[in-house]
Amino acid sequence: MVKVLLWGSLRQATDGLTEVEIEATNFKQLLDRLGEAYPGLQPQIKRGVSMSLNGVIYREAWFTEIPPDSEVVLMPYMTGG
Amino acid sequence: MSLDEYTRREFKQVGTRVRRPDGVDKVTGRAMYGADATAPGMLTGRILRCPHAHARIKSIDVSAALALKGVKAVITGDDFAVPEDDFIRDVQENCMARGKALYDGHAVAAVAATDAAAAKAALKAIKIDYEVLPHVTDVDEAMKPGAPVVQAGRVQENVPKGYSENVTAHFEFGHGDMEAGFAKADKIIERSFKTAATHQGYIEPHACLASVTSDGKADLWCCTQGQFYVRTLCSSIMGMEASQLRVTASEIGGGFGGKTTVFIEPVALMLSKKAGRPVKIVMSRDEVFRATGPTVSSSSDVKIGMTKDGRITAGEATLRYQGGAFPCGTTEFGCSAAFAAYDLEAVRTYGWSVLTNRPKEAAYRAPGAPMAVYAVESVVDELCLELGLDPLETRLKNAARKGTKSSYGPTFPDIGLVATLEAAKAHPHYKAPLKPGQGRGLSCGFWFNFGGNTCVSLNVNTDGTVGITEGNPDIGGSRASISLMAAEELGIPYERIRTIVADTSSLGYNDVTDGSRVTFAVGLATIKAARDAIKKMSARAAKIWGIDPEAVEWKDGAAVPAGPNAGKFPPMSLAEIAAVSAETGGPIAGHYEVNADGAGVSFGVHLCDVEVDRETGATKVLRYTVFQDAGKAVHPDYVEGQMQGGAVQGIGWALNEEYIYGPDGRLQNPTFLDYRVPVASDLPMIETVILEIPNPGHPYGVRGVGETGIVPPLAALSNAVSHATGVRMTELPMSPPRVLKAIGGT
Repeated sequence: MVKVLLWGSLRQATDGLTEVEIEATNFKQLLDRLGEAYPGLQPQIKRGVSMSLNGVIYREAWFTEIPPDSEVVLMPYMTGG
Repeated sequence: MSLDEYTRREFKQVGTRVRRPDGVDKVTGRAMYGADATAPGMLTGRILRCPHAHARIKSIDVSAALALKGVKAVITGDDFAVPEDDFIRDVQENCMARGKALYDGHAVAAVAATDAAAAKAALKAIKIDYEVLPHVTDVDEAMKPGAPVVQAGRVQENVPKGYSENVTAHFEFGHGDMEAGFAKADKIIERSFKTAATHQGYIEPHACLASVTSDGKADLWCCTQGQFYVRTLCSSIMGMEASQLRVTASEIGGGFGGKTTVFIEPVALMLSKKAGRPVKIVMSRDEVFRATGPTVSSSSDVKIGMTKDGRITAGEATLRYQGGAFPCGTTEFGCSAAFAAYDLEAVRTYGWSVLTNRPKEAAYRAPGAPMAVYAVESVVDELCLELGLDPLETRLKNAARKGTKSSYGPTFPDIGLVATLEAAKAHPHYKAPLKPGQGRGLSCGFWFNFGGNTCVSLNVNTDGTVGITEGNPDIGGSRASISLMAAEELGIPYERIRTIVADTSSLGYNDVTDGSRVTFAVGLATIKAARDAIKKMSARAAKIWGIDPEAVEWKDGAAVPAGPNAGKFPPMSLAEIAAVSAETGGPIAGHYEVNADGAGVSFGVHLCDVEVDRETGATKVLRYTVFQDAGKAVHPDYVEGQMQGGAVQGIGWALNEEYIYGPDGRLQNPTFLDYRVPVASDLPMIETVILEIPNPGHPYGVRGVGETGIVPPLAALSNAVSHATGVRMTELPMSPPRVLKAIGGT
């Protein structure tokens, strides 16, 4: 299981939780299963999210492996100027 | 993918200040900018813009315009199909209104004519019946229940009930027990701040030339930060297949984020399609200000608690950003950046995205971060002043470092903030004496940076030179940096390499030049493409020598036997291998395609000294020093230029620049005469100190440097002016009238 930290305003879609546990070994699985477990997250996932894995931000790489005991943080989809 | 990890090495060419490849063309006027494109039979395109802040378009009569001599096409919003995708629909409706005009300057019709005079006459002949609607341009007013609704039905699921429909999104970030954090504080300060919308102020206005043929193919030449993204947007809006639209980027006279989307390109394409001839549109400066994308304006509240010895116990910020008439995309980054420089046990940021009757925001260097960091760094400064603490020592005491749980969630890996603060502390500027009436300000800044989709081809020519094809417009010296990295890797002189920016039909997809990504991501892909070419060249040498490819290594620009057992052969240089490439298997090229991650966040610290004229309220910047972590400065001139440019744009934002709206909701100052950007005579030399804390995610340790430099100036200037005047400044810009009012002058 991967512990996923969510930003605060997503907790309305996760029964008040800002950290949830999901069975996933890569980013795509994580997104798919987050959406299944918490359908209220689907609009945000559709709009776009990035993932921080052990402090490194991955913008959209679906098949980034998530090793056990990793720190996983869901973040808004990165943009810039 | 696995990250391309940094390995320490001694550089021979990277880090040198080689001659820029575009310099001669730019200073002699030879460089081709957007407005320089021409085509046989080209028509002049002009756009009619709404003179009201908010109006329903009851009818548009174009018959008189079409009847004029020389007029070949007229279009309105009805000429475009309604895109299914919300985002694409917003882009299209921002280019041409449909049903309602949402801000002063919103395009409502366009013409193509044989010359500018005919086009101007045609615009005058278009009759539009407007129903003027109530408007709102202020973020706080727009949030109130009962405010005029700019667009209905755009509220995201995360917005609590009870707000105006203009509030489209809500964000919350942070961790820790806020109540307990504030309870530990010896001093708590709460302040509210406002910042004006500012424009990127690029000197080159938007320009494009579109040519649509009768068999459905199209070419588009334009000034943009991302020709591939222009293709994506325009082909979606026009209902074309991407393969049938070729977009070529011109040289670019500044972008800073403002040229990451389209404003006139779909209009030119539609006019060309309708007229059957090429159509060129060049925006006037008035149009650039009224109808392209400035940054958000903001209203914010910050509360920070601190102990007597300078430890921050809790920090909270509420940020309200208006991004114009379409949903804003930067609030979340303001929330994430606000407290990023600090190691905090309790931190919370709340963000609100708000619609107003203003032009749709576009990205502007570190979008969303400067105004958030301004508010936070102003309160940190005030706490230091109230508690008698050194502002730099206090920031060092609280600085985020490796292992800090960031205010936006992740734990920081190697970062350079402490080194940057230490460099500022050790610099003579920090201890230099000030005269009465002068003030010194300090601020930290932060930006994320990212990598993104990147594709590079590296062609080894038979004369031993190298051509690199990449897909990102050069807005900050990337051609020089890319050539330098290839030269370093290949072991040949920089001068033997030429890097060009390809059109969309010549290379795979590349993301926009934004996110401070190009030197990082295109550099990474170039290094990998060079290694691919080296592998192929080594294999050719192995064939010639009759040994295994694995028995060849690449050293100082030549293939050499890997060891005594590989045989004794003289080195074969790149030029020697290239010269016989036809005989050894054909052309040699290296390629690399990647969606790069591991860009590494960036921190900076700015120090500035100002003097305020108490009679006029005018602020003079006396001294300014930028300290920034570049990871590895590939071409230090360009890195310093980015740091200086960010500081100067931030100085303008802090002291003078603002979108001023009248009671009628119309922009009052859409010219450089009334929208005052700093010019050389306003400024001291901006001193720069480059720190090099290698980014572990790049082979050479590179971090992006394009955006962080605009984050600290707002607070650095505000803190300096506050110290000079003895009055805490809480609204930007600190224009002379505003400063005069704050200090009790008239």
